[in-house]
Amino acid sequence: MNRPPPPAVLKVERLEKSFGEVRAVDGVSFRVAQGEIVGLVGPNGAGKTTTINMILGVLEPGGGRIEIEGVDLAVDRSRALSNTNFAAVYAPLPGNLTVEQNLRVFGMLYGVRDLPARIEKLLAVYDLMRYRRTKAGVLSSGEQTRLSLAKAMLNRPRLLLLDEPTASIDPSNARDIRAGIAKFVDNGLCGVLWTSHNMYEVQAVCDRVMFLSHGRIVLEGDPKTLPEEHGAASLDDLFVNVAQEALHEAGGR
Amino acid sequence: MNLSRVGAIVVRMFYLYRGSPQRVFPIFIFVAIDVLVWGFLTRYLNSVSHAGFNFVPALLGAVLLWDFLTRVMQQITMALFEDVWTRNFLNFFATPLRTSEYLAGLLIVAIITSGLSLVAMLILARAAFGLSFLTYGAPLAPFLMVLFLTGIALGVAASALVLRLGPASEWLIWPIPMLISPFAGVFYPITVLPGWMQAVALILPPAYVFEGMRSVVAGEPAPWDRLAIGAMLALVYLALACLFFFATYRAVIRTGLIARYSAETVT
Repeated sequence: MNRPPPPAVLKVERLEKSFGEVRAVDGVSFRVAQGEIVGLVGPNGAGKTTTINMILGVLEPGGGRIEIEGVDLAVDRSRALSNTNFAAVYAPLPGNLTVEQNLRVFGMLYGVRDLPARIEKLLAVYDLMRYRRTKAGVLSSGEQTRLSLAKAMLNRPRLLLLDEPTASIDPSNARDIRAGIAKFVDNGLCGVLWTSHNMYEVQAVCDRVMFLSHGRIVLEGDPKTLPEEHGAASLDDLFVNVAQEALHEAGGR
Repeated sequence: MNLSRVGAIVVRMFYLYRGSPQRVFPIFIFVAIDVLVWGFLTRYLNSVSHAGFNFVPALLGAVLLWDFLTRVMQQITMALFEDVWTRNFLNFFATPLRTSEYLAGLLIVAIITSGLSLVAMLILARAAFGLSFLTYGAPLAPFLMVLFLTGIALGVAASALVLRLGPASEWLIWPIPMLISPFAGVFYPITVLPGWMQAVALILPPAYVFEGMRSVVAGEPAPWDRLAIGAMLALVYLALACLFFFATYRAVIRTGLIARYSAETVT
């Protein structure tokens, strides 16, 4: 007997967003299931961050629907986002608060129960204990990334959005962080949408990858088998092929 | 409204004030400077005037009450500017935080800090120049309330402008009280103004406070009916300012400006 597929933590249906004449996201639909890490890759300007911003409720879609844990974001944004969290290189936490103060403020915003204990745990997990009274603004970029990830884990999110989470950290730390996130997802309750330009990383952590180009999902599948299925030597090569095809297509329009 | 989320906005500001004398200092220093400058001026005017008119409650009192309104407005916008300067809107508004909760947090911060300013002002004015706000009697409460509500309304409207126009709009915000003061009759009766300025004064709640204050100082009964009009106007402006803030927030979410705030425009 087949086991039913795990329920979706994120359902995106026919999502659209235009900026003037430019269709940044053009009818994108996908799901992220519990316990699944989904990679969202594509060239710069493909619409990845626009998609993530719409899921985070900081950008209103031009059309379509976003559902997080069964809650329609457009209907009850606050409840939908209470199950969500994110980390992105372009959204550092306030540099004039210490590591601990940042975690306390965001823990209160997410209504985290037993917040002091949760903060202690995350300080230990993300190796931030010695920086707890250090202002976030003076941390190295790698330490700031770890702080952003600790913040992202505060509310034990059901949906975790990671926009290039390891972009500014060294390979050793990046590996630890990937392992930490994979372990968190292994508990089966959280789904992750992960954008990255690092195809090695996507192959290492993602169960599924979606290629976004000109606001559309042009390719989707298992990152481990997808290159072979499309005659590419690696995911990197497949990325380049898809990006170049999309470029030619755009040029021919 | 979720109290934990409102509390987070207040706690964030508490952390910033606690670790930063440069934020605490302005709560008191501008008030102290105004008390000293206008205190000595009124003392001088009392010495050269032979009309027996006491300038201390009329002029120094007016300056300090106006200062109170300005402080309330600035404390709200200062709290918002903390998020502008740290580019924190994306972090805050990607949480379950509601706009009303964010606004409530800013208001609580403004109430606490402007309250501290007021206390400092009362102590210094009393100690250095013998001005007691109790001179105004019972109308003092509505005076402060109308000015407080107007300050909040101005602060919320100014915050909406900052949200809509971007970080560079800072310069536009600070002079707002100065632009209003000539019409509000802070230092002189409204009757000395030309007709069109008097018409503008009629829709400004502080004008009712300062007219009322001068009546009380002149020994006339407090104009309660006029103060009630001022209070109602202040409430209307506060409601309009909140609607303006919510509408602006919706607009910056619709356009995506909140996520690209430093760009000031998405076009």
